[in-house]
Amino acid sequence: MSKSKKWYSLDLGFNRKKESSGSCGCGKTSGGCQSHEKEMSDEAYLEAAVTASIGEEVKKDGFEQVFDVKMDRRTAFKKLTASLLIGAGAVSTSCSVVSGDDTKEKAQIDWEEQFKGNYKLMTDNEKSATVERLMRSYELRTGKNISMTSENAKEDVLFGYAFNISKCQGYMDCVNACIEENNQDRNSEMQYIRIHEMKDGKGLKFDESDDNYYHEVPAEGHFYMGTQCFHCDNPPCVEVCPVQATWREDDGLVVIDYDWCVGCRYCMAACPYDGRRFNWSKPEVPEKEINKNQHYLGNRMRKKGVMEKCTFCVQRSRKGQNPACVEACPTGARIFGNLLDPNSTIRWVLENKKVFRLKEDLGTEPKFWYFMD
Amino acid sequence: MRRLQVLKSLVFDSLDTITKGSRRYNLWMGFLTFVMLVGMYCYSIQLEHGLSVTGMSDRVSWGLYISNFTFLVGVAAAAVMLVMPTYVLHDIDFKQAVLIGEGLAVAALIMCLAFVVADMGGPSVLWHMIPGIGVFNFPNSMLTWDVIVLNGYLFLNISIPFYILFRHYQGKESKSKVYVPGAILSVFWAVAIHLVTAFLYQGLQARPFWNNALLGPRFLASAFAAGPALIILVLAIIRRFTEFKIEDKTIKKIAMVVTVAAQINLIMLVSELFKEFYAPTHHSESAYYLFFGLHGKNALLPWIWTAIPLNVLATVMLTFHKLRNNLNVLYFCCFILFIAIWIEKGFGLIVPGFIPGPYGKIEEYMPTGVEIGVTLGIWALGAFVFTILAKTAIGIELGHLRYKKK
Ligand code: SF4
Ligand code: SF4
Repeated sequence: MSKSKKWYSLDLGFNRKKESSGSCGCGKTSGGCQSHEKEMSDEAYLEAAVTASIGEEVKKDGFEQVFDVKMDRRTAFKKLTASLLIGAGAVSTSCSVVSGDDTKEKAQIDWEEQFKGNYKLMTDNEKSATVERLMRSYELRTGKNISMTSENAKEDVLFGYAFNISKCQGYMDCVNACIEENNQDRNSEMQYIRIHEMKDGKGLKFDESDDNYYHEVPAEGHFYMGTQCFHCDNPPCVEVCPVQATWREDDGLVVIDYDWCVGCRYCMAACPYDGRRFNWSKPEVPEKEINKNQHYLGNRMRKKGVMEKCTFCVQRSRKGQNPACVEACPTGARIFGNLLDPNSTIRWVLENKKVFRLKEDLGTEPKFWYFMD
Repeated sequence: MRRLQVLKSLVFDSLDTITKGSRRYNLWMGFLTFVMLVGMYCYSIQLEHGLSVTGMSDRVSWGLYISNFTFLVGVAAAAVMLVMPTYVLHDIDFKQAVLIGEGLAVAALIMCLAFVVADMGGPSVLWHMIPGIGVFNFPNSMLTWDVIVLNGYLFLNISIPFYILFRHYQGKESKSKVYVPGAILSVFWAVAIHLVTAFLYQGLQARPFWNNALLGPRFLASAFAAGPALIILVLAIIRRFTEFKIEDKTIKKIAMVVTVAAQINLIMLVSELFKEFYAPTHHSESAYYLFFGLHGKNALLPWIWTAIPLNVLATVMLTFHKLRNNLNVLYFCCFILFIAIWIEKGFGLIVPGFIPGPYGKIEEYMPTGVEIGVTLGIWALGAFVFTILAKTAIGIELGHLRYKKK
């Protein structure tokens, strides 16, 4: 990463390495899937029916989608030891004689998923293999299809965000859109975005602001300011991760591989902007509310004990769309775009408005600017 | 081949000693086992429901586990205070104490690792952290440094006493040529584990309470007070309940170490308080929260106002030779000093780092029953490991355990 303080005039994208998509030995999902053609086996059908009636399955989080094990206390222990012994558990399932094709395929997927590498270091083939596996796995468990991509960063793109303090009225439509778009845990009411309600005439007093209000907005004598992950160009959260489960992509997005994160929460302590959220318990999203357009690094289902955060809706932004919050904002306070495109709105804002960022003194170089009309 | 035989016989002999003992010993071990089982049960609840069963939240994302981890790194590092005089300076007085000290270091390190694992959200994917198999973010992440130094230190502290005991077990003298380089290395290493652990926090610009240059040195000072204090207490117990002879002189020398470290620690505390309260800035809010509470939130006040008086009292009492040389007073001082530093270095250091949060929000932290259960379980594990190690070592040193050629 070239360290230039003038992040958008001096580009970070030109000395990017072209990744050769070497062949890989991981794409063997089709190995055990003779049942691909059969649309839905009896077993899966039954499972789906049960699901529909008791709604048990829908409560499964990503972790269980992968492992599909009911953890009672005893098996939890067994499971732990098994995993530590490099997946002895998975071996036993995949060698099981009595299981049918579907179960075998599930076991095969579980096995490969448990021991896949870090997404950051995967070749393109490996990336699509794991995405395939996750989609197939979801289909096997629930009988429903999701679409997941592993789209890489585009050339000459660096995403940035601007927030108009004068316009925001505190409606929180962005917050709700974000929850729905990103399949956030409904039980713990996880929210990536926080809207701080501040008193007029007091300046930016974050500590006296209220980020958890339940009254009619806009409230008299107040103004509003939103915060979320700022996708720092020099992100301290990335430095501290012991396993490189979080990193800065070439288009400036700071992302997390949920399957690689070990849940140490060091990154959370390192983030000066309260940008990160942890899955303290199993995240749950009702099946019918799940957003099925997913990206591996974005809104796919998470599991318990991993970190997550705003990704600037990687599943949307890499397709050229605006993030859900930008789309949902009724006042137009949120502006998103490519910093390297001189004709983009965000560049216009940066060049024509008096912009500022939070905690500039920390040298994190957030790609999130505030401005006023 | 012969070595293997000796090793086998050593393992059997030590199994023999650790399973037999007085009634009091059996009660003690039974009690520890019970606490460990309770801890394991609590941990199984945590595994099932996730870390939501703890008091931690997005705002205070580290709690009791990491507090104890931090403190115990200090205890482990303190073994060096005994190693140095014995092996390097050839101070014979410490010879008996040093094996105990190293046993303590091993137990403390095992507890450290257990606390880190207990704190992880995904213990089943911890292999991601193993260099070679996983991805090890070295040298960027201080946590990877910590993994290296802790495991290295564990290795050193297992191998040195093992070598010595192994020789003694066969009735041979241990060769100083073999273990002195290791001992010298472990002296530097002990400083490293503690400094690196301090850097873990010190390096975070997001948390002004930690991001100060004094944190590392203060870690060392308090570690060299609390660790040897614990060693004194342990030696006192061993002296009382076993035939293992530990001279008054040894204990008094260690007391000297404790005293000096406690004094330095106090000076640093004053310096820190001066900086935070003479010209308070926005960054002093955590300290305000810790010592006086902020906006009516004051969960930590009882803790810190227990710790500070205990700390001052112990340091002052230790400073007077008369008082320090009275063993009962000394034990009392060591005990309160240990408690004071446990609070200060654990709770008083980790929790205020997160309060107020990055945008000034104050959400308090209180450990839950499950969390406390797991914590107690891990402490019991440490005590269990230490008892086993100490019993074997004492057996060998007293000559009860000897290799017999059959
Ligand atoms: S805002 Fe926080 S989480 Fe987001 S990139 Fe910056 S440091 Fe990382
Ligand atoms: S919680 Fe996950 S992403 Fe964050 S530092 Fe730990 S392993 Fe890395």
